Amino acid sequence: MSEAVSALNAATASGVATVEEVGLRGMITLRGDLSGKAVAAAVKAAVGAGVPDVRRIVQGDQGAAAWMSPDELLLLTGYDRAAEAVAAAQDAMGTAHGLVVNVSDARAGFRVSGGGAREVLGKLSPVDFSAEAFGAGQFRRSRLAQVPAAIWANENGSLEVICFRSVAQYVFDLLRVSGETGGEVGFYRA
Amino acid sequence: MSTRLSSGGRLVNRGKAVEFTFNGRRLKGYEGDTLASALLAGGQMMVGRSFKYHRPRGLVASGAEEPNALVNLGEGGRFEPNQRATTTELFDGLTCTSQNHWPSLEFDIGAINNKLARVLPAGFYYKTFMAPRAAWKYLFEPIVRHSAGLGRAPKDRDADRYEHFYAFVDVVVIGGGIAGLQAAKAAGAGGAKVLLMEQTPHWGGRAPVDGGEVGGMAAGDHVTTLVNDLKAMPNVTMRTRMMGAGVYDHGYVLGYERVRDHAPDTPGPRHRLWRIRAGRIVTATGAIERPLSFAGNDVPGVMLASAMRDYLVDYGVSPGDRTVVVTNNDDAYRTAIALKHAGLEVPVVLDARAAGGGALAEEARGLGIRVATGKGIAKVKGGKRVTGVSICLQEGEGAALEEIKCDAVAMSGGWSPVVHLWSHCGGKLIWDDMQAHFRPDADRPPLGADGAGFVIAAGAGNGAMDLRAILADATGAGTAAAQETGHAGGETPVPEVAAQPEAAMMPVWLMPQGAGPDLRMKAWLDYQNDVKVSDVMLAAQEGYESVEHTKRYTTLGMATDQGKLSNINGLATLASQLNAPIPSVGTTTFRPPYTPISMGAIAGEARAEVFQPLRRTPIHDWHEAQGAHFEPVGQWRRPYCFPRGGESHAEAVRREIDQTRGSLGILDASTLGKIIVTGPDAPKFMDMLYTNMMSSLKPGKCRYGLMCNENGFLMDDGVVARLDEETFLVHTTTGGAEHIHGHMEEWLQTEWWDWKVYTANVTEQFVQIGVVGPNARKLLDKLGGMDVSKEAMAFMEWKDGTLGGFDARVFRISFSGELSFEIAVAASVGRAFWDTLLEAGEEFGITPYGTEALHVMRAEKGFIMIGDETDGTVIPQDLGLGWAISKKKEDYLGKRAQTRPHMADPERWKLVGLETLDGSVIPDGAYAVAGGHNANGQRSTQGRVTSTYHSPTLGRGIAMALVHRGPDRMGEVIEIAKLDGSTVSAKIVSPVFYDPEGEKQNV
Repeated sequence: MSEAVSALNAATASGVATVEEVGLRGMITLRGDLSGKAVAAAVKAAVGAGVPDVRRIVQGDQGAAAWMSPDELLLLTGYDRAAEAVAAAQDAMGTAHGLVVNVSDARAGFRVSGGGAREVLGKLSPVDFSAEAFGAGQFRRSRLAQVPAAIWANENGSLEVICFRSVAQYVFDLLRVSGETGGEVGFYRA
Repeated sequence: MSTRLSSGGRLVNRGKAVEFTFNGRRLKGYEGDTLASALLAGGQMMVGRSFKYHRPRGLVASGAEEPNALVNLGEGGRFEPNQRATTTELFDGLTCTSQNHWPSLEFDIGAINNKLARVLPAGFYYKTFMAPRAAWKYLFEPIVRHSAGLGRAPKDRDADRYEHFYAFVDVVVIGGGIAGLQAAKAAGAGGAKVLLMEQTPHWGGRAPVDGGEVGGMAAGDHVTTLVNDLKAMPNVTMRTRMMGAGVYDHGYVLGYERVRDHAPDTPGPRHRLWRIRAGRIVTATGAIERPLSFAGNDVPGVMLASAMRDYLVDYGVSPGDRTVVVTNNDDAYRTAIALKHAGLEVPVVLDARAAGGGALAEEARGLGIRVATGKGIAKVKGGKRVTGVSICLQEGEGAALEEIKCDAVAMSGGWSPVVHLWSHCGGKLIWDDMQAHFRPDADRPPLGADGAGFVIAAGAGNGAMDLRAILADATGAGTAAAQETGHAGGETPVPEVAAQPEAAMMPVWLMPQGAGPDLRMKAWLDYQNDVKVSDVMLAAQEGYESVEHTKRYTTLGMATDQGKLSNINGLATLASQLNAPIPSVGTTTFRPPYTPISMGAIAGEARAEVFQPLRRTPIHDWHEAQGAHFEPVGQWRRPYCFPRGGESHAEAVRREIDQTRGSLGILDASTLGKIIVTGPDAPKFMDMLYTNMMSSLKPGKCRYGLMCNENGFLMDDGVVARLDEETFLVHTTTGGAEHIHGHMEEWLQTEWWDWKVYTANVTEQFVQIGVVGPNARKLLDKLGGMDVSKEAMAFMEWKDGTLGGFDARVFRISFSGELSFEIAVAASVGRAFWDTLLEAGEEFGITPYGTEALHVMRAEKGFIMIGDETDGTVIPQDLGLGWAISKKKEDYLGKRAQTRPHMADPERWKLVGLETLDGSVIPDGAYAVAGGHNANGQRSTQGRVTSTYHSPTLGRGIAMALVHRGPDRMGEVIEIAKLDGSTVSAKIVSPVFYDPEGEKQNV
């Protein structure tokens, strides 16, 4: 089989922040009763993480789990082990009612880093990106300008964005334009 | 002449000259000037013509309230009309022109309207343009349109970019005057996260100009201390050049930041619209001085007293050599004193109060200024510039007691708090008799979701008119805002302020109070829209008692300045004419924005490549590289056709169809919606969603289905594949994916919340490619990996497997009538798979085709297209799709609606095919005409064309149409209207034109 390529093939841009397409990543939509044992077992089996609280992302030894809605999680793992993780999650769910589906190819991801990262996203998304409100482990399902997006904060201060694959170019352009030099806002103090 | 003084001007840097042009004339100002102060310094008092009478108009104010000094600013991509000179910072190379005159500012033909003023009273438009009716369209409207509007519309693409910024704070303080600074300090000391914004580039507002003593130092120095204190507070953000544009529900504030208006050639966004959520909003918006209504109060050279003081102190500009001051309060004496200190002449202060003023009046007298009490201006002399005034008794009718030569008049009618932002979201006002103004009523603030007020007014904006009261009020407001947002930190003391006792002001709504008609019709209320005291009186006489009606009848306050100077004077005039107290007349509604904001700021980043999201499949780049002609389908761009060489689009479509039907075509169908529906109740759910039976579909099989809304109208169609007992894969139309997914979730979340079903939209997970034509199977066999023979995979079956090394799901379905497979592979290898197919298909002349070939081929087969054959009023029964409507099912969405009498009516227009007798192509959207005319005199119709194409396969025009009782009329010839008014004859036939037995696809 041919080598898989991400939507923008690792495009980058830099201005007040650095924008990079993160490339392929395993992504799994898991829906079910988030308070139930089956979902907890599935998350553990798939990525080795616990079930995240509302608007949080938690790391596991094989990836991460993020809260998408009251009955939906997004599991993140290596692209090549997505199918394996889906199978493991389905196994662990057993007969419990749920949905586990591989969406690795349906999305694109970007990392925004550097001093202006929070400001760049603050121009596009109605979210409080101050360090107090949006520290590491925070996760939001919101929008970037006119398209849906999910955003979280990494330990190293960078922010990560996931959008639908078809709008990868639009989102990249949004981040690039909003991060152009000269557009510094200076609202978030270091 | 106005001119620059040899010294003074705290805001200008005399070391740095800045050049600009006005109406082509080169002028010079200093860094720190506004366009207005630089124009005055250059002797340019007259800056425009009024809207209706084209009267010469000069600068009246020094800030956002300026009604007259509007200019066309900039050129080309930076051209913008109606820009206020008073809020435009001067920069090197600025160009501007004055507005609303022809051929020139000095000589304007339109000024003839001024001579006709007697026949152009309030309501003139309503009275004149009523009859005859036809004259409106051909005579009046063109004239009105020609004369309407002050500035010109920009013609070029905007050269700048804009952006939004979302901010979340505990407290927003709007206004960076001494009150706003103090409120921010108090809120910040309390521990709240504070955002303080000021619309001008400078902190302190009027305090440095108006003077006074705070904490033992000059007010201006105290401002500097406050600013430094605030800069040191990490929880306080300070922004200048940012206006509080609007206050909305739930503590939402729009801040309009003019980032680079003053430095247009530096990189970055021009404007930034801040979209702010705040716990509490402190409006420290200050107050605006009111003009006095006397005859000739619009002659260039008549200015607000405070504005004159600003030009003098801030910019070192004198508006004239001899200035008469006219007032009803003590504050205007500050102007007289400042003028005198600057070495200019003040021949007289006319104080309308019989008792005169207090300490400031004494100070003025002490400087040798003549003060005349109980006096006013009967009339200002001069046309394009003040030449003198005639003085009268305020209590009289305007008989001239004395004439005084002067070249400027400073007027003050008292002060009105800026209550706009307080009022935007429902804050109520209270009438203050002492100050004769409306101020915020603290007991009736705008209320938040919790029932508590979320706006707190402070300082002069709250009606506190002297420095001591202002600072006390602001401290209280800031402290309250912090406490109410849960921050009860340190207390902020109110600084000591030296007392400045002032004598009470006296309301003066007309000068002199007994002015007759001749004076009243020269006494302006609204400068920009040319509304006079006489107009408002006329409106009252004609029965317009409501202030809102009077506003619209006279256009008072409807100009770009929204009546910042005129509203109170106008409604006081109305009240006196109605013999009603002012508070019972009330104000008009204050609506955002406070002053106009740019369209660019509202659009934000949405321009050029990020104007709109454009969705791309993983094969999009290939399509572009082939020079595909695209068409929009939702936010996708799909290839319409792939012209080669010099081919026309029609030729390309013909070739694509011929090649597909003759050998092998290939289609990027990735945009089709793909939704997973799974769970124990999924079969039941699918039966409700679709009109036909889906629960009986076996795993491994596909079925075409129709989806209706609850009103019975067809809204989507597509092929459903059953993946396992509990799981279905729903294919939707390209444009329908998100909508149908939302439709499913809505039913699951609101109506059938107890059904065990989950859905997931996996549209973009896959690239889906149609491999179509008699050689389709040969191509897949050549790639190898799975058996796609007729025996292994019958029509309407699907299988997982590998093809040429790609993990693939193959559906044997056809939308063209040919042998056809749709193959889904992971999006990330989609492009590689497409390339593999093209390469392997070369021996069969594999031909990519676009949406038009797809449409023609489906029409040849009589397949409907959502959006062509349906338009939201069409039910499946109209389209001959009764076979896809289950009779066995108890219910499905739309079932009951489809039994309504109108839906079940045999007289409905129904789908048929049409063949023109001459083989021509019927125009798109054409109607089938019937005999006679309808009630509107239009030709009666009996049907409409829903799809029409040239069929290369049949070599003739084919069409589908909804025709009255169509299926009962097979073989009948009807007439279809053409664009030129003639008709074309067409025979009603079956909509299936090609291979009605389905032999081609069943191989």
